[in-house]
Amino acid sequence: MTKRLAVIDSDLCVGCQSCMFACTRRLGFAGLGRSCILAKSVGGITRGFTVIVCRACPEPSCAKVCPTGALQFREGGGVRFDAKKCLGADCRLCQQACPFGAVFWDDQTDKPAVCVYCGYCAEYCPYNVIAVEGEEEANAG
Amino acid sequence: MPDNPLHRVLYIDLTNQQYRVEEKPHLFEESIGGTGVAIRLLEEECPPGIDPLGPENTIIFAVGPLTGLFPLASKTVAMFKSPLTGNLGESHAGGRSAVSLRLAGYGALMIKGASESPVYLSIHGDKVFFRDASALWGMANSHTIGRVIREREPGSGTRTIMRIGRAGEQLVRYASVITETYRHFGRLGLGAVFGSKKLKAIVISGNQSLEVANPKQYRKTYDEIFQAAVNSEVMQKYHQVGTAENIEPLNAVGGLPTMNVKKSRFDSASAISGEQMAQQYLGRRIACAHCPIACIHIAALREPYAQEPYFYKTSMISYDYEPIYAMGSMLGVSDSRGLLKLLDDADRLGVDVMSAGVVLAWATEAIEKGLIKSKDLAGAELKWGDHQTYRRALKMLVEQPNDLYRALARGVEYASSQYGGVDFALAFGGNEMPGYHTGPATYAGFLMSSRHSHLDSAGYSIDLNSNNPQSASEISDALIAEETWRQILSSTVTCFFARGVYTQERIAQIFDVAGCDVRPELLLQIGGETLRRKYAFKLREGFSPEKLRIPQRILETPSASGIISESLLRETVSHMNQKLTSL
Repeated sequence: MTKRLAVIDSDLCVGCQSCMFACTRRLGFAGLGRSCILAKSVGGITRGFTVIVCRACPEPSCAKVCPTGALQFREGGGVRFDAKKCLGADCRLCQQACPFGAVFWDDQTDKPAVCVYCGYCAEYCPYNVIAVEGEEEANAG
Repeated sequence: MPDNPLHRVLYIDLTNQQYRVEEKPHLFEESIGGTGVAIRLLEEECPPGIDPLGPENTIIFAVGPLTGLFPLASKTVAMFKSPLTGNLGESHAGGRSAVSLRLAGYGALMIKGASESPVYLSIHGDKVFFRDASALWGMANSHTIGRVIREREPGSGTRTIMRIGRAGEQLVRYASVITETYRHFGRLGLGAVFGSKKLKAIVISGNQSLEVANPKQYRKTYDEIFQAAVNSEVMQKYHQVGTAENIEPLNAVGGLPTMNVKKSRFDSASAISGEQMAQQYLGRRIACAHCPIACIHIAALREPYAQEPYFYKTSMISYDYEPIYAMGSMLGVSDSRGLLKLLDDADRLGVDVMSAGVVLAWATEAIEKGLIKSKDLAGAELKWGDHQTYRRALKMLVEQPNDLYRALARGVEYASSQYGGVDFALAFGGNEMPGYHTGPATYAGFLMSSRHSHLDSAGYSIDLNSNNPQSASEISDALIAEETWRQILSSTVTCFFARGVYTQERIAQIFDVAGCDVRPELLLQIGGETLRRKYAFKLREGFSPEKLRIPQRILETPSASGIISESLLRETVSHMNQKLTSL
């Protein structure tokens, strides 16, 4: 099974955003501007939280609509992103295509921000809401 | 750090619907952020002697250098002139308020003036919109305000929605501002200041990145703090049963204010204890943004509809130690369902639950003593434990249908000055008391600390320590030392619950990583300077330690440390005044 981030049980989510901060911190920044995961309320905090992150679809809608091949299918599900090929804010088709809203936007690069399935965020989830599943492919590039 | 977004202050003028941003690097370098920065902005912008409910009053929200960088730095400091006490208003809240403000690109937000008609502010990064809120004004339930704005505004997941309820609109002097449904700028009447400015709500969204000088060191330091927070016993109390865990131990030592402090033990304490609430009702736990502890405890209250079989509603109601004290033991309410409904009402209406509980407790005793009649209360025959009547009276406190309710809406200090019963009017410096009848240090703190709050200097902890100081000068020194240090916590701004994690040593270590230009060896000096400024502001606005009223009641009912001596209290107040004016 290809490595991906799984949402195990969003009912355990307390909305602490530790995963979101981890995702931007992995790139050497504080704050949230580069995060590819979002824990937000389900129509108000009264009702709890949902976790939005790339689920590594076998047939990703985002890659299907990418006109330049910046988003490529990954073997086993999900995508790989090549920023050099991306048209940036002029396009945004990938963002519109993802039914989960899991293609985020990095305002600094003005390009999409998509999960790279590294699992760094899961190391900071205190309540086991999210976890890494599967293993990295040997030939993954 | 050059161009640090923390140094940006967003000024909003409600009268002219204009805004601007000013860079204030020196201010943040000298006073860190949060409370340190807020008091200096208040000194600058709030003219002496103004009406707290007039357009000249100034509201400041400030965050600090650790906000958005490190966990447990989740609080925002609000500062204003208090319409309840007439001097320094300061209230802290979490939710997403702090992270959203910082990641929208600001260290502080200042609001001046007043709008002619109701507005809400919509702040998204550099853009500020003044939105008409006329249709939202007058709605019965503050939760609905949150819901409407949530649907209408962008930024789901990384925004804060601060709002007032009817109490703020009606200028109840202890009206709260509610954020993210379950957190409050509760004390000292910020909600009334919002109401006086016709400001119904503020939504702020922000999700920027912040640069750090040394990413590797940043990640290492982050991990140390994160591990200390989630693994250490320091935070366990807040994590599991929550603050409500204090009900049973405070009752056991005779420090739980009960029935307007006629007693210091509540016979039914176990029925409203944290353990009992968790077992019967705990439905969810949630966290402030960037805090893994999740201390916010939410009860799920399931109720049938009387007229419709097989129809139920489930209300999600937050509880903590102080609300349980204020609407539970203080009013003799032992029915936990009734208690939860009172807490829910307080949130829907947008009143500070502590002040409201103390006001209702005073009114109950005033009826008992014949000072007021139930007809003056529009038929609300208040009796200890009768939560249904308390719910009716709470709504009328907000709507103020007659003179007595109008007096009660100004706080218990004012109401007792009009109707008598000052001996059992439990306000200190004009602020209704928190839930600790533990001894002299607690009350000296209520009387003299800058917010008249248990959180300023934790006097209860001094009272209950086995080696507690006995003399006035020792108590005074201990309170001021604690309050001085807490100025640093609330300037950085970290949660007081995390004070065991953010030790002086650790804060000094991480300032460099956080790009904070403050020299760590100056920390205590800056804390003292901030405290001095806050006290000077209070004196400027008419606070007088000599005129402080000590309610007879607290000297009669034995506390957790026995009978409290008035002369010891007066002497401690005098010592504290000397120290605070010579800082």
